Amino acid sequence: MIELKVNGKRMQTVASVDTPLLWVLRDHLKMTGTKYGCGEGLCGACTVLIDGKPERSCITPVGDVRGKSVTTIEGIPEQHPVKQAWLAQEVSQCGYCQPGQIMSAVALLNTSKKPSDADIDRAMSGNLCRCGTYGRIRTAIHVASGRKTARGGKKP
Amino acid sequence: MSKSKDLTRRQFIKTGALLGGGLVVACHLPFGRRNAQAAQQGEFAPNAFLRISQDESITVIVNKSEMGQGIYTSLPMLVAEELCCDWKKVRFLPSPVAPEYNHTQFGPIMVTGGSSSVRSEWSRLSLAGAAAREMLITAAAQTWNIAPASCKAENGFVVSPSGAKLSFGKLADKAAMLPVPKDPQLKAGKKNLLGTPAKRLDSPAKINGTAIFGIDVQEPGMLTAVIARPPVFGGKVVSFNADKAKAIPGVRSVVAIEAGVVVAADDFWQAQKARKLLSITWDEGVWSSLSTPAMHEQYARLAETPGLVARTEGDAAAHLDNNPEKIEAVFEMPYLAHAAMEPLNCFVALKKDSGLIRTGSQFQTVDRAAAARVAGLQPEQIVFETTFLGGGFGRRGNPASDFVIEAVQAAKALGRPVKVVYTREDDMKSGYYRPMWYNRVEAAVDKKGFPLAWRHRVVGQSIIAGTAFEPVLVKNGIDHTSVEGASDTPYSIPNLQVELHSTANGVPVLWWRSVGHSHTAFVMESFMDELAHKAGLDPYRYRCALLAKHPRNLKVLQTAAEKAGWGKPLPKGRARGIAVHECFGSYVAQVAEVSLGKSGTVKVHRVVCAVDCGRTVNPDTIKAQMESGIIFGLSAALYGAITFKIGRVEQGNFDSYPLVRMSAAPRIEVHIIDSNEEPGGVGEPGVPPIAPAVANALFALNGARVRTLPMTPERVRSALKKA
Repeated sequence: MIELKVNGKRMQTVASVDTPLLWVLRDHLKMTGTKYGCGEGLCGACTVLIDGKPERSCITPVGDVRGKSVTTIEGIPEQHPVKQAWLAQEVSQCGYCQPGQIMSAVALLNTSKKPSDADIDRAMSGNLCRCGTYGRIRTAIHVASGRKTARGGKKP
Repeated sequence: MSKSKDLTRRQFIKTGALLGGGLVVACHLPFGRRNAQAAQQGEFAPNAFLRISQDESITVIVNKSEMGQGIYTSLPMLVAEELCCDWKKVRFLPSPVAPEYNHTQFGPIMVTGGSSSVRSEWSRLSLAGAAAREMLITAAAQTWNIAPASCKAENGFVVSPSGAKLSFGKLADKAAMLPVPKDPQLKAGKKNLLGTPAKRLDSPAKINGTAIFGIDVQEPGMLTAVIARPPVFGGKVVSFNADKAKAIPGVRSVVAIEAGVVVAADDFWQAQKARKLLSITWDEGVWSSLSTPAMHEQYARLAETPGLVARTEGDAAAHLDNNPEKIEAVFEMPYLAHAAMEPLNCFVALKKDSGLIRTGSQFQTVDRAAAARVAGLQPEQIVFETTFLGGGFGRRGNPASDFVIEAVQAAKALGRPVKVVYTREDDMKSGYYRPMWYNRVEAAVDKKGFPLAWRHRVVGQSIIAGTAFEPVLVKNGIDHTSVEGASDTPYSIPNLQVELHSTANGVPVLWWRSVGHSHTAFVMESFMDELAHKAGLDPYRYRCALLAKHPRNLKVLQTAAEKAGWGKPLPKGRARGIAVHECFGSYVAQVAEVSLGKSGTVKVHRVVCAVDCGRTVNPDTIKAQMESGIIFGLSAALYGAITFKIGRVEQGNFDSYPLVRMSAAPRIEVHIIDSNEEPGGVGEPGVPPIAPAVANALFALNGARVRTLPMTPERVRSALKKA
């Protein structure tokens, strides 16, 4: 039995210690917002925060998360500036990668209040989007940081 | 050109007849039987597409799959415009599989594809909204005992001449008792909702993790399975040993089915861990020596010989054969995987006389029929629920129903409800690719350098051959989807011949976002560029001259050029390339601005796109689809290739099949042409122009002409040496 803290709640799982956190979340805790895309840490769809840092849950054995604090897409408040910016910019298309994108963006804004385009490239290039929503993601991050207005123009 | 379009339209109608009898034409069955989707008590359900509830909520039943294109918003907008309801009250509900929800043009099947959803539903859904509006108005007029014609509907209310108001919710019960108007009248005058960037109805669920994709389906008692499939297409299981696999805790069953060996467990991780421990003896079948270089040689040889004629105008041979001045080029494009972010999956539960399937499908009727055959049920005994699709791009609309059939086989063999999940590698290696293409083009030009004769030989596999569509979509051996975009080119070329060699080599192929246009546009637009440069003419003006009789092509070309600043100076080391292409009823031109890294890496900085897709529903969705098509096409132009070695697919995950990432994504500007023309598609037309626009920009930059995709650094360096 492994105990972990997900979105502030204590949870337990009987999954074997080598089971990636992704599959514990999805198949055991039935929290399917975190997505499977590649299983090798190549696409970022499974991104969650572990003690505040963005990590690929598909390559993180649950045994390594014992006692740590996990935040998933379900744990980001609806009013969070990143989610609000995502809505304002109509970022989502198929939407499958977006929970991972949002978690990477939340992590970026936790450490960098006004990220530059180069900061965004660095922080977000591990998250693939087959629908090609990158331009809108970039704008949404600038909006969430207050660097741009919701209509995409630069703030005076 | 108009000839071939008419032909296509006729073919679709005939397809309908072929696939099950009974033509389905929009005007014959405008909006379905009343209550086809059973309404809740206290709801007004005037037709199969709409429910109005006493709580004022408006539910639009959507018969198209949401795979990113925003159709769960666009189709409700069509209904809401005519209904005159409050858009904030509108909800969507995916439709079940029923004849009412069949495609209005593609025959009696429920299908999402061909960039056809808005085009094919515009009329039917407008009428569905108008009919309900008329019934609500009549209900209110009867309440007030005044003439219906004196009342109007607006923003969810019926309003009397004196200003009295009754809400749609309050009128729902009464309206439900009225006869459905036979000939509802569409609103005259200005549109309120159409043409506005209404917010997507599916966005909230997609940012909080509640949107359910096929892979998210959870049912009590369900097992999760992975399948060990043959390493070579057409292979079969001879024998297997599962002793070690079964020792993994949580593994419930290991069984062989036609598709391979199924490993079913309590969760995905256990199943895929156990699969690695299987020992399987395969009969690899006849394709175990398949290799990309050998295919390339075969295709190149074929391209030297005449193919079946897909289009002929004038006498191209007379100008080209034995003409030492002719200009020749070969363009090659590899197999491509759809690589949707959500790997394939399918949930199936079977009982003695019923079944339940939940998955993301673009081809529900076909998938359900295939499932029924395998399960030994009637199609109507199977409930087929469409989830969100984590990308489609054609892969989930397979005439062979591959991922559905094997899940039904698995559920049958296991005797338990099961969700079959593909790993990324399974998804990449299991086939159904955009075909590999080899194109040989020759041209002779007049004194000014404009094409006098043009011969294009296409070599590659037919997507349609062997499917139920073959009898109508393959004519005299020509699969139209192999040559579309070339055989129906709008360019003015007096002597034109397009020929086709259809190959057969065991690789499962399928439509891939923009289908044939994904390769023909690269050939047409690259070679046109070459001819322009050979003539010493500006490639933009050269195209304009050849499209003089095609105002819509011309307009997008001019708009893209103007907005991109065509001809204006750029920073050192950058250049622009242009391309224009017409498909799925829409016209798109793109200007790409590129630079080249030292190692030969192409960097695309900016893309300016102009689109004419006729009348618009939601301009923001159109912009999003253009942005999407450009990035999708750019991944193929720069990185995408599926290759074979000893029958095996060499790629497996995103390291070997890379996609454009944030750092490589260009800035994109989209300009929509104001138009009152018939609506065109938007899901696919953004894809074809980007690869040639980038290749043409590269040529403008340094004279390197890359004619083989993807434009890897090696290919760019080699083209530079020849420049």
